[in-house]
Amino acid sequence: MAEENPQSPSSGGPPKPPAPTPAATPAAATPAAAAPAAATAAKPAAKKDDARIAPPQKTYVPRPGLMDQIKDSQIWRSVFRHGYPNTVRNRSLAVLSNVFLHLHPVNVRTSGLRLSFTWCMGGLTFFLFLVEVITGVLLMFYYRPTGEYAYRDIIAMAEHVPMGIMREIHRWSAHAMVITVWLHMFRVFMTGSYKPPREFNWNIGVILLVLTLLLSFTGYLLPWDQLAIWAITVGSNMARATPIAGYEGPLSSLISIDDVNLVHSGDDMRFALLGGRFVGEATLLRFYVLHCIFIPLVATILMAVHFWRIRKDGGISGPL
Amino acid sequence: MKEFFNALADPSRFFLIFTVAVFAMLKWREFFTAPKVALTIFFGAVVFFVWAIRDPGFKANITKPDNIPIIFMLFLVGFFSWLSLYRAVKNDRRIDRGELPEEAVENPKKVLTWPDLVYSEFLCMLIGTAVLLIWALLLKAPLEEPANPNKTPNPSKAPWYFLGLQEMLVYFDPWLAGVILPGLIVNGLMAIPYVDTNPKGNGYYTFKERPFAITSFFFGFIVLWVSMIILMTFLRGPNQAFFGPFEPWNLHKVEPTVNIQFSQIFWEQWLGTSRPTGWFLRELPGIALVVGYLAITPMLLAKTVCKKMVAQMGNPRYLTMMIMFLIMVAMPIKMVLRWTFNLQFIVNIQELFLNI
Repeated sequence: MAEENPQSPSSGGPPKPPAPTPAATPAAATPAAAAPAAATAAKPAAKKDDARIAPPQKTYVPRPGLMDQIKDSQIWRSVFRHGYPNTVRNRSLAVLSNVFLHLHPVNVRTSGLRLSFTWCMGGLTFFLFLVEVITGVLLMFYYRPTGEYAYRDIIAMAEHVPMGIMREIHRWSAHAMVITVWLHMFRVFMTGSYKPPREFNWNIGVILLVLTLLLSFTGYLLPWDQLAIWAITVGSNMARATPIAGYEGPLSSLISIDDVNLVHSGDDMRFALLGGRFVGEATLLRFYVLHCIFIPLVATILMAVHFWRIRKDGGISGPL
Repeated sequence: MKEFFNALADPSRFFLIFTVAVFAMLKWREFFTAPKVALTIFFGAVVFFVWAIRDPGFKANITKPDNIPIIFMLFLVGFFSWLSLYRAVKNDRRIDRGELPEEAVENPKKVLTWPDLVYSEFLCMLIGTAVLLIWALLLKAPLEEPANPNKTPNPSKAPWYFLGLQEMLVYFDPWLAGVILPGLIVNGLMAIPYVDTNPKGNGYYTFKERPFAITSFFFGFIVLWVSMIILMTFLRGPNQAFFGPFEPWNLHKVEPTVNIQFSQIFWEQWLGTSRPTGWFLRELPGIALVVGYLAITPMLLAKTVCKKMVAQMGNPRYLTMMIMFLIMVAMPIKMVLRWTFNLQFIVNIQELFLNI
């Protein structure tokens, strides 16, 4: 707008009124708004000059726009303690003064920005975890983890609940999350990002991988259909064969008093996992609690450590 | 044509082809990562899928809702293997010319998190949301009949990401395949940063500077983990019998199992006597074999081929790495023994449920 000035015919009229100084406009209270305000103020002044009307002697004060008014309000400024992020200072503040964004450093390596370097798989995993939390909470409103209700509630979720695709989103995100975790580890391995100083964070990552698989595994049972109980049965049958602690495991028969085996199907590893000798209602409740409370809680804590350590270990990896 | 693929997908051939393909890809990576070659392979895979999906049995197996993510994973793993090797080859060429890797050249210039990083994160989130919504709208989450403990489906399979382990059940006893191996995989992954003392290749893609590490990872991840998932998901049907991709799932197909124990081979075939009755003496050759494999091989290698490695890493690191590596390699060895000699167990102590 300011560059239109030379084109407007100003044929030696009376001297132009001085353009309003930025300090005069209320919108310029924040430094970020100063530049646009000055630019808009210049144009009407030129037009009035063109009309050859006696130039008004009072300084032109543009009315602040709605957005400016909002941004100038005490409420807005109580939330965002920096101006519009178009200067280096304000952009840094945008990251530093935001609890979520300050997971990031203010500057990142150029390669850390490149999708062909990071594949964005860690970020997508976290995103999918958030999707799981949100859709999972919505599903919990409708789901009762008992043999009597579980299956019926699953059907009701799809048929009687508005927007009944939450279970679909939840399930596909879960599968996708397993894949993104694998690919994230793949990338971290291929760039050697587990090497010093990031050894510990790689370990946290391995635990998070296990937790992701366990989350998916415990969730697999909850629909309480044939697919669910038999997948969990097959998966948990292995626990029977735990050395010493499983009743079909090696060496467990050595733990006995005379002829009485102390490790049997009623107290072995699999029993502890399932809360019974087979996948039943006790298993359902157990897996529900693990799935909804315990594992997400542990995963959240470890994720906080994981993200924090990324920064402490020098950000997204790059050549030393 | 379909018979040809059915025959090709037999577990032993499938595993052999997969292994050879992965090693060939790593060996001739310059050729395979050339965009033209990679695109040809990609389109070949797509054409195969389009052609194969016209087979009703194949289609029914592939389009099971819970199997769709495996197809995604296959293409994604293929794509990212290509991408990482492509960038590694590019960097290796630069290093050969005496230049710095790409990442090292561009990294001294840092960019601001806001707006650059936040913007691309936001974009990824939007795309992720869109993909999830479309996926959820197009494909219903599977729901079968209500749970019924008295009715076992055939085949019954674990969730898809554990199917590699379930495939291992064909070759190992449950205590190994279901408990020890997963534990070792987790521990092995955790040990990686501590046993890999190679300081090179930290923070950039390269192959030449760490060929052993990358080859081992490709072998463990792609050959042993991903390919076994494919085998178990798509190529095993009722009674865990093997079915080719275009073979109808016949409920009555039972694979004849001939199980031979190592003790039988040792005492009856080699020595020509009957097996001793006590389990310790009977299984002594097998135990010696296993202990020898895990204890003596590292020592032999340390004195011969791996001298430099031991000097570099020190004994504790070398032993940890070698034992993890030998156990990983033991999987294909056991599989091959199973296919060639019908060997079931090397150590077979039924008295203690201890089978190896």
